[in-house]
Amino acid sequence: MLTHITTIERANRLPNGWTTTGWIVAILVMLPILAVVWLAFNPVENIWPHLISSVLPVYISTTLALLAGVGVLSAVLGVSSAWLVTLCRFPGRALFEWALLLPFAIPAYVIAYIYTDLLEYAGPVQSALRELFGWKSARDYDFPEIRSLGGAILMLSLVLYPYVYLLARSSFLEQSVNIRDASRTLGCTPMQSFFRISLPIARPSIAVGLALVSMETLNDFGTVNFFAVKSLSAGIYDTWLNMSNIGAAAQIATLMMMFVVLLIWLERLGRAKAKQFNSADRFKRIDRYQLKGIWAVLAFAACALPLIFGFVIPVIELISMAMKHLDQFTDSRFLSQASNSFLLSSGAALLTACLALTLAYSQRLNPHLKSLGVAAKLAHLGYALPGAVLAIGVIIPFAAFDNGLDSWMRDNFGISTGLILSGTPFAILFAYSVRFLAVSSGSIEASLAKITPSMDMASRSLGANSLSTLRRVHLPLIRGGLLTALLVVFVDCMKELPATLILRPFNFDTLATGVYQFASDEKLAASAPGALLIVLVGVIPVILLSRTITATRSAN
Amino acid sequence: MYSGFVKAVAATAVASSLFSAQMSVASEVNIYSYRQEFLIRPLLDAFQDSTGIKVNVVSANSGLLERLENEGRNTPADILLTSDIGPLFDAKTRDLIVSFDSATIKANVPAQYRDEDSTWVGLTARSRIIYASKDRVAEGEIKQYEDLADPKWAGRICTRSGKHSYNLSLIGSMIEYHGMEETENWLAALKQNLARKPQGNDRSQVKAISEGQCDLALGNTYYFGAMITNESEPEQKEWANSVNIVFPNQQDRGAHMNISGAAITRYAPNPSEALQLLEFLTSQEAQRIYAEVNFEFPVRPGVQRSELINEYMSDFIADDISLTRIAARRTDASKMVDRVGFDN
Repeated sequence: MLTHITTIERANRLPNGWTTTGWIVAILVMLPILAVVWLAFNPVENIWPHLISSVLPVYISTTLALLAGVGVLSAVLGVSSAWLVTLCRFPGRALFEWALLLPFAIPAYVIAYIYTDLLEYAGPVQSALRELFGWKSARDYDFPEIRSLGGAILMLSLVLYPYVYLLARSSFLEQSVNIRDASRTLGCTPMQSFFRISLPIARPSIAVGLALVSMETLNDFGTVNFFAVKSLSAGIYDTWLNMSNIGAAAQIATLMMMFVVLLIWLERLGRAKAKQFNSADRFKRIDRYQLKGIWAVLAFAACALPLIFGFVIPVIELISMAMKHLDQFTDSRFLSQASNSFLLSSGAALLTACLALTLAYSQRLNPHLKSLGVAAKLAHLGYALPGAVLAIGVIIPFAAFDNGLDSWMRDNFGISTGLILSGTPFAILFAYSVRFLAVSSGSIEASLAKITPSMDMASRSLGANSLSTLRRVHLPLIRGGLLTALLVVFVDCMKELPATLILRPFNFDTLATGVYQFASDEKLAASAPGALLIVLVGVIPVILLSRTITATRSAN
Repeated sequence: MYSGFVKAVAATAVASSLFSAQMSVASEVNIYSYRQEFLIRPLLDAFQDSTGIKVNVVSANSGLLERLENEGRNTPADILLTSDIGPLFDAKTRDLIVSFDSATIKANVPAQYRDEDSTWVGLTARSRIIYASKDRVAEGEIKQYEDLADPKWAGRICTRSGKHSYNLSLIGSMIEYHGMEETENWLAALKQNLARKPQGNDRSQVKAISEGQCDLALGNTYYFGAMITNESEPEQKEWANSVNIVFPNQQDRGAHMNISGAAITRYAPNPSEALQLLEFLTSQEAQRIYAEVNFEFPVRPGVQRSELINEYMSDFIADDISLTRIAARRTDASKMVDRVGFDN
């Protein structure tokens, strides 16, 4: 099952168009990132002496604490629940198996607003406590402040752990039953078998999930800003908008990307260069451990808690608020927002999957081209940039292209072509693709890597070229991973806000920008119908997603 | 699959270029707005109805200046609309907006609320005032911004982030009047008096007073109107009823003022329609609507203020310092907030 990857290299060291195509895609996707790095070379003034002497230590320590907190909490929630639903039998297991993904449909800024509403002084929780204990004012008791670092860690973890859950679960599903059986025969308890066999084998998948969670945490501005948590992205916005120094802001953003590169590199360093290919026994039925008594109760709680806090409570809250604004559901603007969101998200999901597939396949055919591999990895960094910074990164090359073409046409033909790409839905589509390429690639690369190179060789020796091998051999085999990529990116795009705000055409709203319009003014109830629809539209792909993964193990 | 992707991209590009070509035919005016669209839509509709000129809007909370700058001479935007003096000042510094020549605007808007080079004009004014608890702060107990540093308010003051443009502008005006050193001492002392870490918007500060978390708060005037008339969330009326409005520094320079404003972009494709809209926005009718919708003060003298404003807010002395000078202090103010650790 574990094979060293050298054979595929020999088989494919043939000249092919995939090298060029791969490079074109990698460079296109890197354009916004390069634009941000370019901005970093032109600061208005050197901001670092000021930052270092004042707030930089706070930014850095807050960001590290946020990353560590969200990382640990989402790993614990995601991995433990994934292991429980995959390898144990307890009441509610079948329901949790798909429902645990649901919190993914809720935008982080929405859950932050909802819990603030519930847990602040005037909210139902504190009011009830005051009623119960006869406290008169805030000075009579201590209640943890939700608008805090801890609160932000909790909110982000509740909506981000599904990334870890998703990847850990599919890894547990794919693991060889035989190896686990062997460990049990050798006397491991289920717990020992988890720590010594399942967890190490799933580690690459969990690492990918955690990388996504970390980048999403780094790029978040909505939640940390609302909670007054001073992370690096707050520093970027502040330097850009309050000190009118976008160059220095781009420097902070560039450092943040370098930090991500370092994290990913460290993780790879700690892992052997082994590749896993399809396990032959994936159709063998998984024998789940039957949990009884207190263990069943604990397992139930471990799965129920993230679901209740990450989905059930926020949705009930949203529904009750949306009831006050039912008229909005029939508003024609609301319908156009919903259709814009739907079209953009599906378009972006498709485009991103095509880009990710092109990158992954051209790397598979050219494993000797290390530079292409590096470029493809760097193209993922768009995910670590705050959305508004990414939007500026999209504006710069698009406007340069439009204006360059326009000048050329004016000079040579006397006609003006104006702005062809800037300010169009395509600019948003492109921004979404750059932003979520990391998500899409993770899933597509992983499933492509599981196909043994002997498949490629067999197909090629039978006379199929690389394109038809992709179409007739690889695509059918990675169907599951491809669908996962499409669905996850779709849901992510439904929730995307900051880049959409800046890049959109005139008179153009998505559900997320509609929600923002009210929520930014703390008119939470008025924004509830839109937020509810984002969640409901997101739930459908989430359920599909869960079925896709279960289907990879056909015995289920 | 790959060729399908190429086709899809090509189709989108063609469709979107048709879309933008179509946009420039009819008589219209295009706005890049830092204000939420729902706050300005009633006015734009009124303009559209009376002139037949269609008004298109993109609104965002950041990045529009960069969009304008990069789009250069091909930008579709005619007007830049802001909720604060800051972006107008930046746009002028970066040469993104141009002077307009309008006797109407000069006659409608006092010099205090427009640029001396006529590159921007204020459309509404608001004052940054002190909200004081009715129960716990006696009338006349606090009179000026300077008093907020008095140790007797220790643990009794709430505010939003020191980095918010409204606070930066207030700090900027303090720097203009008192110099850097004195202002920094004031800000550090004010930080010592805060009841909690700066958070939320102006509305949540008033709420915090009604809940007993603090006794004084900094806030813009229009939030009061928005709360006291809030029918869909009636608890906000209670918050508003728990505070008195204090216009600071009535014995000397007057209360700190800020504006929402607008400018015409350098490469505006429809400059005459744009000017027409700006003139309309300073007209008697528009000023009245604008003031009604968001409870702000009209910049045009003699326009009747919202009845509600008249009921709760007496006439007051407004600080008439140049807004350009205050905006130019933004970076200083922002760094000062960092140095005293105001938001930590």
